[in-house]
Amino acid sequence: MTLAAIWFILVFVLLGGYAILDGFDLGVGALHLFARGEHERRVAMNAIGPVWDGNEVWLLTAGGALFAAFPPVYAAVFSGFYIALMLVLACLMFRAVSMEFRGKVNSARWRRAWDVAFGGSSTLLPILFGVALGNVLRGVPLEVDGTYDGTFLGLLNPYAILVGVLTLVALTMHGAAFLAFKSDGKMHERSRRAAVGLWVVFVVLFVTTSVATAVAAPSLLRGSSSPIAWAALAMLAIAMFGFPMALRRRRLSVAVLASGAIIAAMMALAAIGLFPRLLPSSTDPSASLTIYNSSSSHRTLLAMLVIALIGMPLVIGYTTLIYRAFAGKVVLTEDSY
Amino acid sequence: MNVGFLCRIQFAITIAFHFLFPPLSIGLAWLLTLVEWRAWRRGDRVADAAGRFFGKILGLTFAVGVATGIPMEFQFGTNWSRYSRFVGDIFGAPLAAEGVLAFFLESGFLGLYLFGRKRVSKGWHWFSILMVALGSTISAFWILAANSWMQTPAGFIIRNGRAELTSFREAVFNASMWPRFCHTFDACLIAGAFLMAGVSAAVLLKDRRNPVGRYCMKLALIFGLITSLAEAFPFGHVHAQQVARTQPAKFAAIEGLYTSRENAPLVMFAVPFTQPPQLKAKAELPGLLSWMAFGNVHARVRGADEFPADQLPPLWLTFVSFHNMVVLGLYFIAITTWGVWRLWRRRLFEGTRFLKLLVWSIPLPLIACQLGWMAAEVGRQPWAVYGVLRTADAFSTNLTAPMLVFSIIMFCILYALLGSLYVYLLVKKVRHGPDALEPPEAFSEAQLSGAKLDFPRQKELVRS
Repeated sequence: MTLAAIWFILVFVLLGGYAILDGFDLGVGALHLFARGEHERRVAMNAIGPVWDGNEVWLLTAGGALFAAFPPVYAAVFSGFYIALMLVLACLMFRAVSMEFRGKVNSARWRRAWDVAFGGSSTLLPILFGVALGNVLRGVPLEVDGTYDGTFLGLLNPYAILVGVLTLVALTMHGAAFLAFKSDGKMHERSRRAAVGLWVVFVVLFVTTSVATAVAAPSLLRGSSSPIAWAALAMLAIAMFGFPMALRRRRLSVAVLASGAIIAAMMALAAIGLFPRLLPSSTDPSASLTIYNSSSSHRTLLAMLVIALIGMPLVIGYTTLIYRAFAGKVVLTEDSY
Repeated sequence: MNVGFLCRIQFAITIAFHFLFPPLSIGLAWLLTLVEWRAWRRGDRVADAAGRFFGKILGLTFAVGVATGIPMEFQFGTNWSRYSRFVGDIFGAPLAAEGVLAFFLESGFLGLYLFGRKRVSKGWHWFSILMVALGSTISAFWILAANSWMQTPAGFIIRNGRAELTSFREAVFNASMWPRFCHTFDACLIAGAFLMAGVSAAVLLKDRRNPVGRYCMKLALIFGLITSLAEAFPFGHVHAQQVARTQPAKFAAIEGLYTSRENAPLVMFAVPFTQPPQLKAKAELPGLLSWMAFGNVHARVRGADEFPADQLPPLWLTFVSFHNMVVLGLYFIAITTWGVWRLWRRRLFEGTRFLKLLVWSIPLPLIACQLGWMAAEVGRQPWAVYGVLRTADAFSTNLTAPMLVFSIIMFCILYALLGSLYVYLLVKKVRHGPDALEPPEAFSEAQLSGAKLDFPRQKELVRS
């Protein structure tokens, strides 16, 4: 396997890590809009309080890895999706500060404003990420030199919006399971029921999106006969049916793992469908940006691989420690948000 | 308005606003490492209360810093896509390394530090602030390595229409890497010291006997004196010498040397004019610039006249920003020396004048950071990568002016909101002051055992 292929996988691993970890943060944020009363809102925020910042780093690292390993792809996606990315940035900023600011002033109106900023940005972000992913899957108009030749409104096509809604539902479902895992009492019960309800919506949307993919992006299905694709599909099927069963049996940690596995499997399927392309061109297939025409030099990819092999085990090690320090149900203290 | 200019404006606004926060959080994190060490090892209740108080301020600063930092990484792709394509083989790696080796560390342990005070033992709690300080410093290292490569590129060749890496080590440890890192990192420590000193002064102005204010004031002033002295010598001096050798056009611009000469004077004060570039009302010391740059009063220093106009940075802005930074640097030495003198004469907490001066000095190190950064980046113009890629060939061509104007306005509103809320909440926190000290019994129990506090897996955590 070439270094470029390894980095293709690593970029998707980082994106998948982001989707799973910050996914429940965003899901909890979206559900925060439906929390009842001050106590529930604080529990929701503090369920993700100590960890969301570290989870967001997966996105930054994925961006850095894309820049380093596939500069033309980074350049084309980021400059092409300019307006969409500026909205993503604004949402990420609002989410970051709303948690920190919210509890700092003792006024109901102040808290309400930051609740809206927190819930609103957490709802919008999955949609924006999904729309971006949908456009990448479907392919975008690319010029020969690899620059994006389209408009912002061109990104808002039905298929991409469908992927955006699917992403929102998937992450909110994941967040509901996580919130049920971290809360107790009425909030726990409602989160669990919400997770089941969202699962039904998710299954319907997933089937719809799969059919739409066959129509809008048939090239993605080329790799579907490979054993890896079957493995990913099997994982998806098991997780998809395991999720509601785990919820019914009140095995909440299993449910969170199952929804995480659903997200991981979907990401894997997207990666398998795209490979070796990173950004397909909708106008001329030969203009697509692939691991062959867009990767950095061998030396750079190797240096980065060394850094990743040293750094990522450490990251996973201490992240696990930190998660364990905050294990169990949310307890509000003077240090909480 | 042309797209290239708007791209530069947007980038400048993004970086300038972001660069207000990391110096504060890096400096404060290292100071808190000292404070929390004392709280842990000596069981000092004052240091413990100081840690809780400044920990909250660190959390607030970090949140805004994180929020404003994300747009930077995105903008290389959005606004500078031609740059990204050309140098991605080299420039992307430090950014990715920053994520893997630094961001995870600082943000992960920040959560443990801010929320884990009652969940983990004192030792682990101290370790977490140490990791925050270390992570944010490693982050500064990698982003400054990337920035230094743009100033003094090394370890690459131009091949296949792009800059390709030939040596990762040479690219990272390029000529300006260490001088720039030391100078900037020390500037962060100064910013942290002035924040702690100014906040403590505000606390003391309300309550002259406040133990947290007294302890932090002493710590911050001594820390501030050492770091301010080190900033001038050796760090500032070495950095200037490196610029004189590796970027002579920039050196001529920041020092205001418009004609090449031997025995070049050091300009202490002047009012710069453009067209033709000249300095009026000059106060200068003959030969000193030659001596400082090359260790010899007779050395020849190249002036701006030696470079073609299309290779010179804007002369006025670089001169003004550099010289004002130096003035501020001297002010930091003066005020911290005065403070330590007062401490030594046991007069530190008397009177209000000195305390008020410290409060109003809080933003000055940040202004110095901004000015230094302007001198460095404007001084690099007209190049994006010095001598390799012009800024005019670096921006994204597929953007339009209205798109840029829209997002610039959106971000300006957002930044104005964030900036004013940050100041508002900081002032509110300082007015509220530090919480009361923990009662001695509860504290000693907490700090000795740690494990008793509702953290059932304490032993497992320590073992693993």
